[in-house]
Parts: sequence; C-alpha cells; structure tokens
Amino acid sequence: MSSHSDPSAPLQGGPTKSTERKLKRESRTQLVAFVLMIFMTSLAFVSIGSDAIPNGFAIPFILMLAGIQVVLQLYFFMHMNEKGTAWINIMIWSGMFVAALTVGALMFLLGIVKY
Amino acid sequence: MAEQHTIQNQTLPPNPEKATLEGRNKYLGFWFFLGGETVLFASLFGTYLGLRGGTLDGPGPAELFHLNLVFIMTMILLTSSLTSVFAIINMKRGNYKKLLMWMWLTVLLGLGFLGFEIYEFYEYYHQGLGFSTSAFASSFYTLVGTHGAHVAFGICWISTLLIRYRKTGLTLTNAPKFYTAVLYWHFIDVVWVFIFTVVYLLGIGG
Repeated sequence: MSSHSDPSAPLQGGPTKSTERKLKRESRTQLVAFVLMIFMTSLAFVSIGSDAIPNGFAIPFILMLAGIQVVLQLYFFMHMNEKGTAWINIMIWSGMFVAALTVGALMFLLGIVKY
Repeated sequence: MAEQHTIQNQTLPPNPEKATLEGRNKYLGFWFFLGGETVLFASLFGTYLGLRGGTLDGPGPAELFHLNLVFIMTMILLTSSLTSVFAIINMKRGNYKKLLMWMWLTVLLGLGFLGFEIYEFYEYYHQGLGFSTSAFASSFYTLVGTHGAHVAFGICWISTLLIRYRKTGLTLTNAPKFYTAVLYWHFIDVVWVFIFTVVYLLGIGG
C-alpha cells in the first residue's frame, strides 16, 4: 500500500489533536516515572550509606528498588506498556528469566550459597 | 488501489518509527537483540557475584568504592534516559529540531558519565587494582567495563545518526533509527541500575 511513497521524504505537518493529547499525557507519566526513579535511587544510596539501617534489611530492600526501577524503565521509558508489544514482552521477559537462572546457577557453581 | 495513500505517507503518522515494514522489523529485531544482551550481562553479573570475595592481597570493594562518585554517575545516566525520552516525544510531534537537541544532550550526558568512569578506573588502578590483581578485579573490570563499552558504543551510534541526518528532517527512514538508538540507551540505563545496586551498594554495604 505504500508503494508510491518515498520513505526518505521529510514528513510534513504536526500530530493530530488526539495524538497530541496522548503525547502530553505520556510526557507527564514519564516525568513522574523519572522522579520516582530518582527518589528510589536516592533511597537505595541512603539505606546503604547510613549506619542506622541494618544490612539484613538494606540488601533485600535495594534489590527490590532496583526491580521496580527496571519495570519503570521498561514499561514507561521503553514503551512496553503500549498496545501490540506482545512479542517484545515475550523476548525481554524470557531474557530476564534466563538471566535469573544464569546468575543463580553461576553463583551456586562458584560456591556462593549465603546471601 | 493507492488513492489516498500517497498523501498519507507524506504526512506525519502517529508512530513514525513503526509506519513502514522496515521500521517494524527494526523495532522487533532490536528487542530480540536486547533479550540476548540481558543474558550476556547476566553471565557477567553471575561471575562477579561469585568471584567478588576473592580479593587476594589487593584492595577490596569497601576500600575502593565511593558512594558520592557512584551517585553522581547514576544521576547523570538516569537524566540522560529522560532526555532521550523527550527526544522521542518530540519525534512523534514531528519537531525535528527538538529531537536533535534532546539527542545531543543525551550524548553530552553520556560523555560525562564515561568521563567519570574513566577517572574511576584510573583511580582504582593507582590504588593497586590492576585487571589481573585478583578474581574480584577481573570480574569487576569486565562487568563494569562491558557496560562502559556499551555506553561508548551508544554515544558513537547516536552521534553518527545526528551527524548523518542533521539536515534531512524527520523521515520514515530515520525515525526507526533514532527510536532503536534510544531503546538501546534505556537498556544501558537498566543495566546500570543493577550495577550500582549489585556492585557498588552491595560492595560497600554487604
């Protein structure tokens, strides 16, 4: 259907009203996601940096914060929350699954069983 | 057959990066690649976690790492993720000038990050942590260095795009290229989140 078009021609015009509305909403949520990420990063640094928080609590806590940040990046910054991303979700989550197995297996192989 | 499509293709579609078959293929293929990259970094993380206790007589994580430096590096990289997101929003608006501007800002922040990392490695080397000093040293330099190499590659990639397409305006050809470059950049940021958590924070606190 696009046989008559030239993909190297500059695109004319601006976004439609509905696209513009969608983009406005999107940039707002992305700004919120960014503030959340900064907040969680600071929280992670504080919980390790201060002596008041015991390591037994801080370590699982910062790992959890990292997990949340990754989901924020993937779904808001990398647009995995949009429609038609089924394949993308499959690829990245199977990648993560293999990654988790790899990390676990390597640590056990090298004899690290206490964490 | 192609009554209105010729005009349609000249105007800005809502998602210019996925308007052509080639663009969609680039997008999908790039995520396949990112799935593989996840596994690459996982093996480096697993190796590091297994070997990080083996410091021999060399310096260990707690003596080397400084929270302030890592915090600054993290903030720079997180901010560069935000600027590249703004670049894509402006791409969907058809505002090419702003797209280029935000992308250049992303490159600058990436260079800042890389500068800190080079300084960091230089500093560690002078504190006696060579690549083959200990198992900890090799696995640390390999993991963090691979990430740094990805940052350097991303900077080269984005600046090549910026220079090559500085005058063409937004087209259906370059929209997917900018989009995938930004996806790559976010992925680098995701990996860094795990590096600062697992390597630096666990190294200092755990």
